[in-house]
Amino acid sequence: MTALGNIAPAAPEVFMAIAGMVLLMIGVFQKGDATKLVGWLAVAVMVVAGFMVLMAAPETVTAFNGQFINDRFGIFSKLLVLGASAVSLVLALVWLAQEEIKRYEFSVLVVFATLGMMMMVSANNLMSLYLGLELQSLALYVMAAFKRDSVRSTEAGLKYFVLGSVASGLLLYGASLIYGFAGTTSFPVLAEVLSQGAPTGVIVGLVFVMAGLAFKVSAVPFHMWTPDVYEGAPTPVTAFFAVAPKIAALALFVRVMMGPFADMVDQWQQVIVLIAVLSMLVGSFGAILQNNIKRLMAYSSIGHMGFALMGLAAASPNGVRGLLIYLSIYVFMNLGTFAIIMSMRQKGRSVEGVADLAGLSRTAPGMATALTIFMFSMAGIPPLAGFFAKFYVFMAAIDAGFYTMAVIGVLSSAVGAYYYLRIIKIMWFDEPVEAFDRPAMTNQVVLWGSAAMMFVLFIWTAPLIAGAQAAAQSLFPG
Amino acid sequence: MTDLPLLSIVTFLPLVGAAFILLVRGEEAVVARNARNVALLTSVATFLLSLGVWAGFDASTAEFQFVEQAAWMPEWGINYHMGVDGISMLFVILSTFLTPLCILSAWEAVQKRVKEYMVAFLILETFMIGMFCALDYVLFYVFFEGVLIPMFLIIGVWGGARRVYAAFKFFLYTLAGSVLMLLAIMAMYFEAGTTDIPTLMQTPFPYAMQIWLWLALFASFAVKVPMWPVHTWLPDAHVEAPTAGSVILAGVLLKMGAYGFLRFSVPMLPEATAYFTPMVYVLSVVAVIYTSLVALVQEDMKKLIAYSSVAHMGFVTIGIFALNQQAVEGAIFQMLSHGVVSGALFLCVGVVYDRLHTREIGRYGGLATNMPNYALVFLLFTMAAVGLPATSGFVGEFLILTGAFKANTWVAFFAATGLILGAAYMLYLYWRVVYGKLEKEDVKAMLDLSPREVAVFVPLILVVLWMGIYPNSFLEPMHASVSNLIENYQAAMNAVDDGTALANR
Repeated sequence: MTALGNIAPAAPEVFMAIAGMVLLMIGVFQKGDATKLVGWLAVAVMVVAGFMVLMAAPETVTAFNGQFINDRFGIFSKLLVLGASAVSLVLALVWLAQEEIKRYEFSVLVVFATLGMMMMVSANNLMSLYLGLELQSLALYVMAAFKRDSVRSTEAGLKYFVLGSVASGLLLYGASLIYGFAGTTSFPVLAEVLSQGAPTGVIVGLVFVMAGLAFKVSAVPFHMWTPDVYEGAPTPVTAFFAVAPKIAALALFVRVMMGPFADMVDQWQQVIVLIAVLSMLVGSFGAILQNNIKRLMAYSSIGHMGFALMGLAAASPNGVRGLLIYLSIYVFMNLGTFAIIMSMRQKGRSVEGVADLAGLSRTAPGMATALTIFMFSMAGIPPLAGFFAKFYVFMAAIDAGFYTMAVIGVLSSAVGAYYYLRIIKIMWFDEPVEAFDRPAMTNQVVLWGSAAMMFVLFIWTAPLIAGAQAAAQSLFPG
Repeated sequence: MTDLPLLSIVTFLPLVGAAFILLVRGEEAVVARNARNVALLTSVATFLLSLGVWAGFDASTAEFQFVEQAAWMPEWGINYHMGVDGISMLFVILSTFLTPLCILSAWEAVQKRVKEYMVAFLILETFMIGMFCALDYVLFYVFFEGVLIPMFLIIGVWGGARRVYAAFKFFLYTLAGSVLMLLAIMAMYFEAGTTDIPTLMQTPFPYAMQIWLWLALFASFAVKVPMWPVHTWLPDAHVEAPTAGSVILAGVLLKMGAYGFLRFSVPMLPEATAYFTPMVYVLSVVAVIYTSLVALVQEDMKKLIAYSSVAHMGFVTIGIFALNQQAVEGAIFQMLSHGVVSGALFLCVGVVYDRLHTREIGRYGGLATNMPNYALVFLLFTMAAVGLPATSGFVGEFLILTGAFKANTWVAFFAATGLILGAAYMLYLYWRVVYGKLEKEDVKAMLDLSPREVAVFVPLILVVLWMGIYPNSFLEPMHASVSNLIENYQAAMNAVDDGTALANR
C-alpha cells in the first residue's frame, strides 16, 4: 500500500487514463460506426477533466513520491491544454464526418495525447517528464499518419516519428548525463544540488535536454520537421498539433528551465535568446513564399514560438507571465484560423492553397472578416488581442535588458506582417475564385467565438494577466 | 452637461455608425444608398459634437480638458485616459471636419462595395480622433497603429492600378517604424512606472536613455510625417489611393507624426531633442528643397501634390524643432492649414479625375474656358498652398520662418527658398491644367462643378479664408499649451546647464 502513496493531486490524469481505456473498449465493442459516440464522449471526458483541474487546490502539491507536481502554473497550463484539445477534437469530428472516415481511434488517441501533455506539464522528475513526453509524442506520431491512403500523411507521420525519436533520444541522453553528474533526477533535489555550482557534465546534459525540448516546441534550429508534418498531416491533426502540444512543450520547457536549472541561468539564457531570435526570423522570412496555407501556418507557429521563448529568455516572473499570456492568445488565434482552414472545401473536397482564398470577401464576407481579424491579430496589430500578447513578451525582454533581441523581434514582427497581409490582400483585393461550401455549424461557432475573443481579450485583458501572473509566481517560490 | 464624456462620444460615434451600416441588408443599390446616408449623417453628427469641444475649450490654461479616465489595467499603470489641450484640440476638429467632406466626395466616385468603403472610413475616423485625444501612451499606440488597418483596405480595394504595391508599402513601412516606438514605450514604462502621458511629461529620463528613446520615437514619427529620406511611401500611397483616401491621408494621417513629436519627443525627451535638432533641421531643409525640385518635374497631378505635402511637412518639422512660441504655433497652424489645403487640392484633382479618368497633366489644358468655377476654386487652393497672404498658408509659413530665423538664420534662409520653389511648381501645375488653349475634345466635353462638388468645396474655401484673414480664432486656443511646452523645455535645458556648470566648478 505504501507504494501507492498519495495520488489525489493526479486525479484528473487518472480519470483521463481510465476514461481513455474505457473509450477504447467502447469503440471496440460497439456495433457499427462508433466514431461520433466515442468522439463526443472524449470531448465530455476532457471537459470533466478540466473541471477536476479547476477544483484542485491552488497550493503546490506533489504526488507519486515527488515525481508529479501540481501548482498554479500547472493548473493554468492544463486548462489551456484541455481547452485546446477539446475544441480541436470537436473540429476534427466535423472533418471526420465530412471525409467519411469512420475511425473511433482518433478520439482515443487525442485523449491519450492530452494525458501525456498533462503529465508533461506536471513533471517534477526527469523520468515523469520523459513518460509524459513519450506518451504524447507516440499518440501524435500515429495521428499524423491517420489518413492511411494519403502518401503525404504517411510521409508526415514517418518523418515526425523518426525525427521525434531522435529528439527524444537526445533528451534521454541529456537526462542520463544530468543524472550521472548530479546524482538525481528529481527536480527539487537537482535544484538544491546545482545551487552549489554545476559540473560541466550537467551543462552538457542540459544542452541535450534543451535540444530535445526545442524540437518538441519546433524552435529553430530543430524546426525542420514542422512545415512538412503540418502540411502532410490531415488538417484537424495539424490544428491539434498547432495548439495543444505546443502549450505542453512550452510549459514543460519553462518548468524544466526555471525549476532544477534556475541557478544555471547564465549558462542557458544565451541559448534561449539565440533560439528565440532565430525562430522569430525563420518564422517571418520562411512563410513569405509559401502557397500552402498549412505550411504557412507552420512557419507562422515557428515564429510565434520564437516570441513566446523571448518570455522564457527573460527568466523572470514577468517573462513567464508574458509567455503564458502569449500562449493563451495564440491558442484562440490558431483555433479560429484552423476552423476557417477546415471550412475551405470546394464541392466536398478540401483545398489547401492560399490562392483558393481569393476574393473571399465577396463570396463569404463573414468568414473573410473573421480571417482578417485573425491575421491582423497574429501580426500583432492593435486593437486585437495579438497586440497584447506581443506587448507582454516584449515588456519582459526589455525589463531583462535584452534590447537587441527585442529590436530584432519587433522588426521580424514587421517582416512577418507581410505574409499575413498577403492573405488579407488575396481575400479583399483579388478577383474571387470558386466559392467555398457552407461551413459546418461547429466550425462557425469556433471561428466566431475565437474572433470575438480577439476583441474581448483586448479590452478585458486584466483577468488573463492576473491569472498568468499568479501562475508564473508559483514557479518562483519565496 | 459637464459630466458628459464628450471626447469618448466623439471618438466612438463613428464606430456606432459603422456597426449600423454593417447591419444593413438588401440588394446592392439599396445597401449602397443607405450606407452613404448613414455615413454622412454620422460624420456630420460627429463634427457638430466636436464643435462642442471647441466651444467648451478654455484657452487660458495649458491643462488637459474634457479629461476622462477609466481603469483598463490599473495594476500595470495602463488606463483609458482621454483629454485635449491646445495642441490637440484643433486636430480633432480637423479630423471631424474632413471626414464628412471625404464621404460626400465619394458619393458617385465609389460604386462597388460602397458599404465596406463607408465602414472603413468611419472606423478610420474613430482611430484618428482617438489618437489625438489619447492621454495614455499605450492607448495612443493602439489608435496610432489601428489607423493602418482601414487605410490599408481603402488603398488596396478602391485604389488605382498599383494599389496593392502602394498599400503594402504604406503598411509595412509605417509598421516597421512604429514597432520601434513600442519598445520605447516599454522602456519608458519601466523607468516611470506608468504609461500615463501627463505623468511621463513630468518624469526625468537619464540622458543616455533619452538618446535611444528619441531615436526609437523618431523612427516612427519620421516615417509618418514623412521626413526625407523615409518619405518614399507617400507618393505611391497618395497616387494609388482613391480621392477621399488621399484627402484623409494628407489631411490628417500626416499630422500624426508631427503631433507625436510635439506630444512625446519634445516634452518627454528635452535633452535628446536639443541634441538632435541640427539633424532634424538638415533633414527638413533637404526635404523642402529636394522634394520641391522633384515636384517641379512631375507629370502626375497627385504625385506633384504628394511631393508638395512632403515639402510642407518639412516646414512643419523646422517649426517644431525651432522651439520658440512663434515657430511652434506656426507649425501647428501650418499643419491645420495644410490639412485643409492639401485635402482641397486632392479633391480638385478628384473632380477632373472623375470626368476624364486620368491624372496626367499633359492631358488637360484650357479648363478656364469651359470650367470657370472649377478654375476659380483650384486657383484659390493653389494660392493657399503657395502661401499667399489672406489664405491660411501664409500665416503658418510666416510664423514658422520668423521663429526659425530666431533659432537659426541659415535654416530659415534655406526654408525660404523652398517657398519660392513651392510657388514655382504650383503655378506651373495650374498653368498647364487650367490656362492655355482648349484643344482636346474630351477636355472640351467636361462639365463644370456639380452642386454636390460645390457643397464639398464651399466649407473648405470658407475655412481657408477664415484662417487666412482672422487666424486668431485658431491661434488663441494654442497659446497656453504651446507656451507651457516651451517653458518646460527651457526649464529642462536650464537644469542641464546648471548641472554642467556645477560639474565644471
